[in-house]
Amino acid sequence: MAATTTSPNPTRESSLTTSTSTPGWARWANRHRKWLFASPAMVFVAVLIVFPVAWTVYLSLTDAEGSVRAESEFVGFANYLEVLGDTDRFWPAVARTVFFTGGVLAVEIVLGMAIALLLWRPFKGEKWVRVAILLPLVATPVAVGMMWRLIFDPNIGMANRVLGWFGLGPWPWLAGEHSALPTTMFIDVWQWTPMIVLILLAGLTSLSDEPQEAALIDGANAWQRFRHVTLPLLMPTLVVAVLLRGIDALKTFDILYATKGKGGGSFHEVETLNVYAYGLSFDYNEYGVSSAVLIIFFLIIIGSMWAVTSRRKDAS
Amino acid sequence: MLRQSSVIGTSLAVAAALGLSACGGDDAQSSGSKTVRVTLANHVWTENIKKALPEFEKQSGLKVEITQLGEDQLSDQYNVKLNAGSSDIDVMMYRPLQEGKLFAKNKYLADITDKVKSNKEWDWSDFKSGPVQATTYEDKVVGVPLITEQEVLYYRKDLLKKAGYTNPPKTLDELKSMAAKIKSQNPGVAGFVARTGKSPAVTQFSSFLYSFGGDFVDQSGKSAVNSAEAKQAYAFYGGMIKDLGPANVSTDMGWPEAMAIFTQGKAAFYTEANSLYKNATDPAKSKVSGTVGFAPFPEGPAGSKPYSIPSWALGVNDASENQANAWKFIEWATSKAQTLENEKAGVPGGRTSVAEDPAATSTYPKDLVEANAAMAKNGVGHDRPLVVKVAEAREIVGQPIVDAITGKDAAASADAANEAFQKFLDDENK
Repeated sequence: MAATTTSPNPTRESSLTTSTSTPGWARWANRHRKWLFASPAMVFVAVLIVFPVAWTVYLSLTDAEGSVRAESEFVGFANYLEVLGDTDRFWPAVARTVFFTGGVLAVEIVLGMAIALLLWRPFKGEKWVRVAILLPLVATPVAVGMMWRLIFDPNIGMANRVLGWFGLGPWPWLAGEHSALPTTMFIDVWQWTPMIVLILLAGLTSLSDEPQEAALIDGANAWQRFRHVTLPLLMPTLVVAVLLRGIDALKTFDILYATKGKGGGSFHEVETLNVYAYGLSFDYNEYGVSSAVLIIFFLIIIGSMWAVTSRRKDAS
Repeated sequence: MLRQSSVIGTSLAVAAALGLSACGGDDAQSSGSKTVRVTLANHVWTENIKKALPEFEKQSGLKVEITQLGEDQLSDQYNVKLNAGSSDIDVMMYRPLQEGKLFAKNKYLADITDKVKSNKEWDWSDFKSGPVQATTYEDKVVGVPLITEQEVLYYRKDLLKKAGYTNPPKTLDELKSMAAKIKSQNPGVAGFVARTGKSPAVTQFSSFLYSFGGDFVDQSGKSAVNSAEAKQAYAFYGGMIKDLGPANVSTDMGWPEAMAIFTQGKAAFYTEANSLYKNATDPAKSKVSGTVGFAPFPEGPAGSKPYSIPSWALGVNDASENQANAWKFIEWATSKAQTLENEKAGVPGGRTSVAEDPAATSTYPKDLVEANAAMAKNGVGHDRPLVVKVAEAREIVGQPIVDAITGKDAAASADAANEAFQKFLDDENK
């Protein structure tokens, strides 16, 4: 039988690293086993995450365009200055991104919370209700975008037909210059509220019943119980939900591209930063400028994340 | 002891395997592989080729793998794969006027000058000269024209008759008045529909531009999109859609959306490329397939000047490791016999001999054949700015179109577009 490796005193060198019957490379490997085991994951992270980001930073400092294999010159921060001074496309895209994200987050959190509270207590048929509520979440975003695009078509779509039944006039929905972005926000809410429901429901079910019961005995009504007992206890889960959904919402692309196409529509109605960067890369082939936009976008996302989590640290 | 070194040994082996598996993705592609990988666009032409494919595979012994995508997705695919120098694609279907210059400049297209000249029976000289010019770059042939098209007027024969007209409009003014009458007679049906997307509409708008006497650039190569003729054309096109088009019209319609409105019976007149006619006459795709008529593009103040262009061509990927077999596929797909089959099935090709063959158009609606014949003489060889960065150029010159459609000041927009376009041209020529 082989000797055991677990030594009673963990700080003592195991015989595997010192014994002379183990070959030299094996002794080295054993001493550095922490690094060795972590190395595949580290290589993965380096290649798939660190390298692309570093390459994008590099590209943003050049005037790369046309073909990635063409010669490009180092231009320093010229791309950044061009982007930050662009009030035609860049800043409106930032505004739309903030508006879109803020809007969908607000609606999804409120709606998600309401639905989670309704699903909290067991009731008849709750399994079916849960499945039904989760259906929008499992559909692929592009299919969702195309489906809603058809429904919202002002001339041959279902939405205006339904409005007609109520005697309301046809709305432009996605076709209108000012109604396109709110309509895409509606689609996003339709698809992603279930995810908020899931997260909040998990948080709710992990809460213990005692504070609720105590409040009930003290005579608190439902709203007071929610406001002063449930909500504070649920805050950590809520922050997680806001963080997860917020970062995704900032980067929303598929719904916007599938419904309005290149450039976010002819008047750039739904052009958020992600859509704009995509257009720069794939339509205009301007890799240097699009890399600059992407790095700025990356910093915006990191900044938002930091803002939310530092608040949370302060609270706890 | 044994257990320890076996644990270490196994873990090291696993780590090594994980590392090496990442490299294992490439297909071992020996030159002259029996599989030809072809990327094609969604088009009636592709449907026809897919049907005829088994015959080619039997006769040549090659296997063909087809990837079929919508136009926008195709462009994106090419952008990514060709940029990376991928050998995944052997034969590609591309748009000579949209991507031709860019691809040739970036050396994505293989030089097939020798190949086209080598097969006398296949006969390169049979191809129409305009399209050949579009697929030649700096005296090197880089593509074979596949599909040629002109802009034609689709119309609803039943609505025309109901309004008391016997013939389709001959001039743009007649088109306007007829569309207005039909719209007022039929609530819920638009008088006129056409593409409205900033970029997609440019090509269909070009015929209006030329028929008013304008063009994107003037003789000396300077931007001409704010000339008096161009402003008239923008105002006319935009006005037609704004006043006589569908209610709440979306400003993002490409041909799939505009065609859908027409084939669902919601519009009386529709100007569009004639190569797409099957979408309107096929009962499986169109609700109005029985009453669709075709007329030559109406005359403007400068006559009837529709575009007449090679919309698609086949090229060989320069990074492909299977170029000989790629060429075999192209030779077959563009041979006289196959082009005749395609033309019969409704897709006009690039060969003069086939275009003049009465058998080719035997299945076409008669009025379409007449319309095409009438337009063959006065077609203009380009339907968009002839530059390298076409996508950006189209957005610049297309902005006045959407502004006219939404009722903004089209003349001011044309002036702004002229400035932007001139700057763009200067940048390109630097």
